[in-house]
Amino acid sequence: MQIHQYDTVIVGAGGAGMRAAIESTQRSRTAVLTKLYPTRSHTGAAQGGMCAALANVEEDNWEWHTFDTVKGGDYLVDQDAAEIMCKEAIDAVLDLEKMGLPFSRTEAGRIDQRRFGGHTRNHGEAAVRRSCYAADRTGHMILQTLFQNCVKHGVEFFNEFYVLDLLINDGKTAGVVAYELATGEIHVFQAKAVVFASGGTGKFFKVTSNAHTLTGDGQALVYRRGLPLEDMEFFQFHPTGIWRMGILLTEGARGEGGILRNKDGERFMERYAPVMKDLASRDVCSRAIYTEIREGRGCGPDGDHVYLDLTHLPPEQLDAKLPDITEFARTYLGIEPYTDPIPIQPTAHYAMGGIPTNVEGEVLRNNTDVVPGLYAAGEVACVSVHGANRLGTNSLLDINVFGKRAGIAAADYSSTVGFTELPENPAEKVQALVDGLRESTGTESVAQIRKELQETMDTNAMVYRTGATLKQAVEDIAALRERYKNVAIQDKGFRYNTDLLEAVELGNLLDLAEVLAVSALAREESRGGHYREDFPTRDDVKFMQHTMAYQEVAEDGTTSIRLDYKPVVTTRYQPMERKY
Amino acid sequence: MSTPTVEQHSAALDAAEAGGVQLITVTLRIRRFNPEEHPEPVWVDYQLTLDPKERVLDALNKVKWEQDGTLTYRRSCAHGICGSDAMRINGRNRLACKTLIKDVNPEKPITIEAIKGLTVLKDLIVDMDPFFQAYKDVMPFLITNGNDPTRERLQSAEDRERFDDTTKCILCAACTSSCPVFWNDGQYFGPAAIVNAHRFIFDSRDEGAEQRLEILNDREGVWRCRTTFNCSEACPRGIEVTKAIQEVKRALVTRRF
Repeated sequence: MQIHQYDTVIVGAGGAGMRAAIESTQRSRTAVLTKLYPTRSHTGAAQGGMCAALANVEEDNWEWHTFDTVKGGDYLVDQDAAEIMCKEAIDAVLDLEKMGLPFSRTEAGRIDQRRFGGHTRNHGEAAVRRSCYAADRTGHMILQTLFQNCVKHGVEFFNEFYVLDLLINDGKTAGVVAYELATGEIHVFQAKAVVFASGGTGKFFKVTSNAHTLTGDGQALVYRRGLPLEDMEFFQFHPTGIWRMGILLTEGARGEGGILRNKDGERFMERYAPVMKDLASRDVCSRAIYTEIREGRGCGPDGDHVYLDLTHLPPEQLDAKLPDITEFARTYLGIEPYTDPIPIQPTAHYAMGGIPTNVEGEVLRNNTDVVPGLYAAGEVACVSVHGANRLGTNSLLDINVFGKRAGIAAADYSSTVGFTELPENPAEKVQALVDGLRESTGTESVAQIRKELQETMDTNAMVYRTGATLKQAVEDIAALRERYKNVAIQDKGFRYNTDLLEAVELGNLLDLAEVLAVSALAREESRGGHYREDFPTRDDVKFMQHTMAYQEVAEDGTTSIRLDYKPVVTTRYQPMERKY
Repeated sequence: MSTPTVEQHSAALDAAEAGGVQLITVTLRIRRFNPEEHPEPVWVDYQLTLDPKERVLDALNKVKWEQDGTLTYRRSCAHGICGSDAMRINGRNRLACKTLIKDVNPEKPITIEAIKGLTVLKDLIVDMDPFFQAYKDVMPFLITNGNDPTRERLQSAEDRERFDDTTKCILCAACTSSCPVFWNDGQYFGPAAIVNAHRFIFDSRDEGAEQRLEILNDREGVWRCRTTFNCSEACPRGIEVTKAIQEVKRALVTRRF
């Protein structure tokens, strides 16, 4: 075991982690621990853009953006946080441009902007061009630009270091414990401040746009240390994933004029969202698609998908604005998007919930108090700027605004305090976890349990939910968690043991899936991405509040989930009926 | 405006939507190496049944999840964006997640091995540190003088287009590890580093081109390129890598960029 000491440790090297690292490295001695090489993170898969009211191509202002964000989140957004995000969005985009990001440009040489779902002029009048973009590679460009600037500032990375535990002593952050993939060695990082920026958890669904590596690692280990997870029942299903594969096709395709059609060729979104049509928010579009499919208007031999139609757009426009997604259609479906519509279905995409933080990125241990020295930013966190449904592009915005804030706050904190003493045997828990898996003689397979988890989640906890399906999910997950105790791996080695890694990741997914299902079962209303057929309306009296889920451990070691609720911060927008 | 209906389908769309899947049996012939177990690499065959429209990465996952958990490779996004899974498939550098089984002659064993020129650490995992070091050495970040403007720097659409091709790089190392010069001389910067230098040299906002060109004028710089075009063929992002290298060479001669 090795022990390292850094003022600030950042866990994760995607957009939020690297944005934090750029700030933190200039202010404190910082290490970035990442289970992947930094440029492998899933920020790179984001496509359509990053909204900011630059007003480069038409009138816009950040207050309209704030309203859209609050309405898009079905009024579960903390409005003070949304105001900060939308106001700071403008500088966040300009910061990236100054760092070198190659945005697509207007005739006048300014950053170009395009339409995106749920982003409107003057509180819902019409779609507005707000998304700053670089073709359909905006996430790729953000990730590369941030990595380039990390190189410039000499950020110290520990690549392929998988963080498996958070150390807290006397209520204060003491560090983290990591497993080095290359050698199997365990490392303790003592740190004054720790920033979690380890991304999402979408791999508990089968049809998902998420990478294999998005297994909720940060959420799970914080949760196991007794800290709450907020609003985990709110998961976004992106309307346009490639049918069966789930690969993301950007909403920017509809921003450029693409249309959703059913088997009759009908532009069905006109019936569901008369003003915004195909650019209604994602939860609305995804439900509409499944309604079309359920009512027999789906496409293909089994009627189980619909089309994203780009065939009326000029090929030059597709080549210039949507080069990657049109290539995906060619590569994975063998079709030509100039002339063929693309078969799509909703795909699990984004966790609105996560580790609760305040607007400085400080992690909450209950409704009001923070854990000194602990921060979170990006998809792992819940500020909450996305509420019950995130607007398209607001995740790239979130990682930049709150990644920067968390990086500054963590470094400022760590330059004013001393180290918290490490607990006795700091690596004990992690050592037991990896030894237990390596030496297990169990009979259950990781792949089989993961497959069954994904199946129950897709069947019971997706776009449409009921009390009965969620109870089924809770039961299934409990049974799988029981079987997981008997899981074994084949690779017993120390060098790049990805068999072991996948087993640990599955443990995280199981715990978080349970939190999702239990939180969703308790929320007897429909709001944003959480739709209950047995409670089809929003209930602001009972449920305009955030879910806070805690793990309770009984004396015999059995765990259960305790749910609490936290009020929503409302500043200027009172809840209204949500129409697009 | 077209309104596609079932009647208007192209044969390609019909094939993409086809119901029943024709499964085939394929053999993956994988070059395994684990120095914890054996000092030399060995070729191991795995037989599996799958849909020919699946990715080579899906096939590797099937082996790992259903047959042999010790098989080791890097992967993340699974759709050609993150650059984790570059490997030699039937002797050619490709991303496993962007290569469909039907396109690699599945009637015969499909050979899979680690990319060349970088030290193999285990199975398909190579040491990426020298690759990233070469990248860092070309100063891959925007260099400007003077104060930043209040708003964005202006850049015409034409100026933006000038370096568009090289902004697509995902640092997968498929190009660098396909280069015969790099195989024989690990000191050579390699195509990927030059591509990333090109991305800034030809960016109208950048003022560091002279510095980068001096770095690439080195004995191990662009002049080692023998224009074999392996890199352009290997690039999963379709970057014209050899052309980019030629443009950097020309910039060194003419000092115009």
